[in-house]
Amino acid sequence: MKQLMIKPEKCTGCRTCELVCSFGHYEQFNPRMSNVTVMEYDAASIAIPVMCLQCEEACCMKVCPVKAITQDENGAMVMNYERCIGCKMCMNACPLGNISYSPRLRKVFKCDLCGGDPKCAKYCPGGAITFVEPDEMTDRKKLVADKFKDVFGEEAAQ
Amino acid sequence: MNNGYTGVILRVDLKKGTVAKEPLNWKNAEDFVGARGLGTKYYCDECDPNCDPLGPDNKLIFMTGPLTGTVAPSAGRYDVVAKSPLTGAIGAANSGGHFGPELKYAGYDGIIFENVADHPVYLYINDDKVELRDASHLWGKDVYETTDLLNAECGESFRVACIAPTGENGCLFAGVMNDKHRAAGRGGMGTVMGVKKLKAVVVKGTGSVRVARPKEFFQDCMDARATLKAHPVTGAGLSAYGTQILVNIINASGAMPKNNGRDGSVFADADDISGETLTAKYLLRNKGCFGCSIGCGRVTDIKEGPFKSKGEGPEYEAGWSFGADCGVNDLAAVCDANFLCNQYGIDPITMGATIACAMELYEMGALPESDVGFPLRFGDAAAMVKCTELTCKGEGFGKILGLGSYRMAEKYGHPELSMSVKKQEMPAYDGRAIQGIGLEYATSNRGGCHVRGYVISPEVLGIPVKTDPLVTEGKAGLLKTFQDLTALVDSTGMCLFTTFGIGLPEIAAAYRDAVGTDESDEDILLKGERVWNLEKQFNIAAGVEKDTLPPRLLREELPEGPAQGKVNQLQTMLAEYYQVRGWTAEGIPTPEKLQALKLS
Repeated sequence: MKQLMIKPEKCTGCRTCELVCSFGHYEQFNPRMSNVTVMEYDAASIAIPVMCLQCEEACCMKVCPVKAITQDENGAMVMNYERCIGCKMCMNACPLGNISYSPRLRKVFKCDLCGGDPKCAKYCPGGAITFVEPDEMTDRKKLVADKFKDVFGEEAAQ
Repeated sequence: MNNGYTGVILRVDLKKGTVAKEPLNWKNAEDFVGARGLGTKYYCDECDPNCDPLGPDNKLIFMTGPLTGTVAPSAGRYDVVAKSPLTGAIGAANSGGHFGPELKYAGYDGIIFENVADHPVYLYINDDKVELRDASHLWGKDVYETTDLLNAECGESFRVACIAPTGENGCLFAGVMNDKHRAAGRGGMGTVMGVKKLKAVVVKGTGSVRVARPKEFFQDCMDARATLKAHPVTGAGLSAYGTQILVNIINASGAMPKNNGRDGSVFADADDISGETLTAKYLLRNKGCFGCSIGCGRVTDIKEGPFKSKGEGPEYEAGWSFGADCGVNDLAAVCDANFLCNQYGIDPITMGATIACAMELYEMGALPESDVGFPLRFGDAAAMVKCTELTCKGEGFGKILGLGSYRMAEKYGHPELSMSVKKQEMPAYDGRAIQGIGLEYATSNRGGCHVRGYVISPEVLGIPVKTDPLVTEGKAGLLKTFQDLTALVDSTGMCLFTTFGIGLPEIAAAYRDAVGTDESDEDILLKGERVWNLEKQFNIAAGVEKDTLPPRLLREELPEGPAQGKVNQLQTMLAEYYQVRGWTAEGIPTPEKLQALKLS
């Protein structure tokens, strides 16, 4: 089961992900209707795309009083708006803040992995968002290992 | 609306303190597209070309394009339009970042500011809620301080466009800065904003931009993005090194003016200030404007030394103006000066070129040291940064530098040493070594400028095809095409840099599917030509001086390099240019041309 993975060091803050997400769901360009949001920190010189990462033990699903959130075949926790009563418990329960509410749409919304082919990953120009098998995610470990190598490795000692 | 536009214009009377919403003029939107073109049309319809640019009758217009805020490649731009206090010509400066799209999400295509406020104000836009607020506490604050204070006051998610004290104190080349680091930089649009006592515009919008044929539009845009990604300039060069990648390329063409152009255009220390060096020594990260797949923006950090500083840039043209043009080979100093320009909201091209002009005046004895306060020789990095700082703060000799090179050189008896056209400084490409760009400077509707018709693309970079920079044949027609296409691109809300990788077919396709028209590519390009002729008409009515170049480019032969012995053959090209434009031999659009463009 593939997983969205973010690499902030590659994010330029262009927010293409926000555009393709809102377009994919509503055929409109509106960052505030996007399931992914890029947070830009000017002084720290970093931009970070943030979206639901589809918890295995999803608090949103557990807390929903009408069982409107279920897991689909792609591993995404998806909203059933026929059932949703708009109580926003899921927003409160999400430990990562990845469920949003749109006053315009009058509904809560979250990432649904675009039915298995997430557009944010597909169209991210910098490769900051990828959609990969979790066991392919060793390159983040390698980043940390590389740092250790730089500090403690043989070449560093010379 | 389902056609790229929001359909609403804000009209703000700063004297009365009122804000009104009015429907977009659809006829004008169709004919002049948006941003630069539509803003200019509104301006020309409503303002006297002979108005005082520093007076109450000069309106200030912020305008987005129909593609601004959509997923079209690099489509986050807006234009600021007014009569330029530097040139007296029509001024239109465009900027990226995130401000333009936010204005559209709030529900507005543009804002027209009229008259002058009696105390400092800022315009607050939160979707439907729009009001003028007191800005007395912000007056005198720089761009970074103003942005931070407004974000604290209004909310983190608001986008801010503002001016710095340079715009408040009469510097003639103050820009409008948005998202802290992006500039509607040239021609003094910030100066006009300062005269109006309008400190800032803050905006938050939660609405949508919709297009006429969504599926087709999305496909157009993704195809264009894929082409840009695969192109060596937009997919690799600009992303890796920023626009500073041009330093070594232009220098190798013998076209990077050194010491105010006095000593030719081969800078021996070019690599010291190049994009490659910037990347190796100081680059923190790449930064993209809204919706941009190129990401040419640089976040740069000078961690130590006398020029310790941090900020965004520099672009190639700023790298040249503070570098080669001032004979400075210290990249840290170049960056420091550039960051000061961002913080204090001024145009770094005019700034650096004005300092270079002052250095030449000083070395020839025309500018007394007592006026400057310190020696001002070419190559003196510390003096260059000091001059920038004085201009930013409006202190001492900075008050004179703040007038731009033409007025300064005139004051000291040598206006011919101002490397400017229509009083705006020419940027980083020598018109003697690259003939077509000389023609561009001479004919640009906003004075000395490279981004009105960037023929460096064919003449040096070979995009779309390579032409010989030393010949004049065919340059007039080439330039006309570039100028018309640029006017179109600027008017859509897309970034000009996309045109390194894509052209009229891609841009016209996105425009068609956004606004829902079936016009041909040629009909759409004609809108660009219409914008160009409208600007020209304004300039003629405003009495702007004729199309020419500084005598140096016409008479002083280049001493070395691939273009050794060359001057710019302007007269030859200009006659042909007026002909291909369908203008008279004096450069005036004929009644037939105006009729064909629906301008009469």
